[in-house]
Amino acid sequence: MEKRLQGTVYKFGDNVNSDIIIPGRYLIFIEPDKLAEHAFEMLGEGFPSKLREFDILVAGRNFGCGSAREQAVTAIIGLGIKAVVACSFARTFYRNAINAGLPIVECPELYAAVAEGDLIQIDLAGGEIHHNGGTYLFPKFPESMRQLLEVGGLAEYLKAQIRDGV
Amino acid sequence: MGMTIAEKILAKKSGLPAVIPGQIVDAYPDLVMSHTATWRSVSVMEKVGATKLYDPDRIAVVLDHIAPAKSEKNAADHVKSRAFVKKYGIRKFYDVDAGIAHLVLMEAGHVAPGDLIVGTDSHCTIYGSLGALGSGIGYTEVTSVWITGKLWMKVPESYKIVLRGQFSKGVYSKDLMLHLIGSLGADGCTYKSVEFYGDTVQNLSISERMTMTNLAMEMGVKCAFVPPDAKTREYLVGRLRNRAYEEIHADANAVYSKELDVDVSQLEPMVACPHEVENTKTIGEVAGTRIDQVFLGSCANAKYEDLAVAASILKGHRIHADVRFIITPGSKEIMLEAMRTGVLATLVESGGTLTNPGCGACAGDGGILADGEVCLSTANRNFLGRMGSNKSSIYLCSPATLAASAIKGVISDPREL
Repeated sequence: MEKRLQGTVYKFGDNVNSDIIIPGRYLIFIEPDKLAEHAFEMLGEGFPSKLREFDILVAGRNFGCGSAREQAVTAIIGLGIKAVVACSFARTFYRNAINAGLPIVECPELYAAVAEGDLIQIDLAGGEIHHNGGTYLFPKFPESMRQLLEVGGLAEYLKAQIRDGV
Repeated sequence: MGMTIAEKILAKKSGLPAVIPGQIVDAYPDLVMSHTATWRSVSVMEKVGATKLYDPDRIAVVLDHIAPAKSEKNAADHVKSRAFVKKYGIRKFYDVDAGIAHLVLMEAGHVAPGDLIVGTDSHCTIYGSLGALGSGIGYTEVTSVWITGKLWMKVPESYKIVLRGQFSKGVYSKDLMLHLIGSLGADGCTYKSVEFYGDTVQNLSISERMTMTNLAMEMGVKCAFVPPDAKTREYLVGRLRNRAYEEIHADANAVYSKELDVDVSQLEPMVACPHEVENTKTIGEVAGTRIDQVFLGSCANAKYEDLAVAASILKGHRIHADVRFIITPGSKEIMLEAMRTGVLATLVESGGTLTNPGCGACAGDGGILADGEVCLSTANRNFLGRMGSNKSSIYLCSPATLAASAIKGVISDPREL
């Protein structure tokens, strides 16, 4: 996990569900690049290609709701997205993101202030987002989640545990 | 301080005397379920170099989504899942004939009150209908539980929903849940554990309770419970065999962060409109909407009682000539019972198309919608494009509303038939 992330923002509304992020018919894939080809395609023309021009997704309430499909996270990673900031996340998406090593941050205050294409900086260790001269705070990750993000997710963590005979 | 059901189960499964909301615990589930996603968890197992499982008897595998296989890739994925089951001696394995994982596991006696169950499906919340804590996780995390036997869990805050009164004619627990989801919102209970109480729920069958804890997911819950009672015990007789279990009930002084009191006697049949489950309307507001297809299926409403309710309305009727009617029983056990009682014959005679038990059209397997088409479904999700084209629409309703609408060819009030 990079402790400081910087990039331009694409902004979504509330209740973006995991069927929108990656439709069920593509769950036969687990590879980030294959999933990314179809990420958000339900939203119509321009998707997903235009999302590749952005680095960070910002969303309203309940991002990733619905199905527990882990590929919703994998598809976003495949698009080259470095982090997701939302007012709130559905719990399975939150869990899957941490397990996949994708930093996700709940920061409702940022949502109203930010617009598509804006540049933001996220200080993951410090719990701060910087945007347009303003600073927005978010709770720091608990130790167990921080560890997972640092090694790049649960699979990498397990691999190291098995290698070390833990 | 007293504890709620979720707090008690999480304390017990993590070996702690007590827990409080917000606390992160290492919990050891009694069962980890994976469905058609199993091959993905097997791939992760290979990737991380694991060769040992914590306890094969805590693993259940059910091939329910896109089953039987519909493509070579799909077939190869099934092969990979079956090879894993054989190699590691997984006894709780159910192949493509069995039906939807949730229903199959409860019917087979693999779910008992007080259990902690995680699985690759958000609707694991359904296990709360028997007093078990069920919650969805991703496939990588399933692999982790296979290997380590545990996972971290955050103890949720709990909500208490007290339901009073009797449903009027034509109203079912599906309508109640659509009403609650509509009023609380798709994130109204995010991260929360919900406990249902009151005379309404005490009088409901286990099948109706399953619909409740299943649909509770659409308010964002981590888990949902109907506390076990005589009906639960009766359901479990002959299913659990000799397996011992301990019912978990909340303490009288348990702390709830929200308490709701709902009078159900005035509820009307409800419909969730495209493209979010929280977009609910009363039947009167959407009656007359044209439909092309109706789908009687899914873990929400394809149980025997659901099929029987639909059949009781469809008996002696033909569905509308412009409507396709897909019947997907939730499980083989359900299908067999519906065969024996004639319910299935009634549904098929009315103009229905019977498919094999499983997730079926709700998981995009058959019954795909073209541009502009409208499906009325007893499932739990109506998200954009979930059943096909992103220019198609899905409405959700109870089996009774579905049956009445199939006859009329437009969304219709079941109380008028």
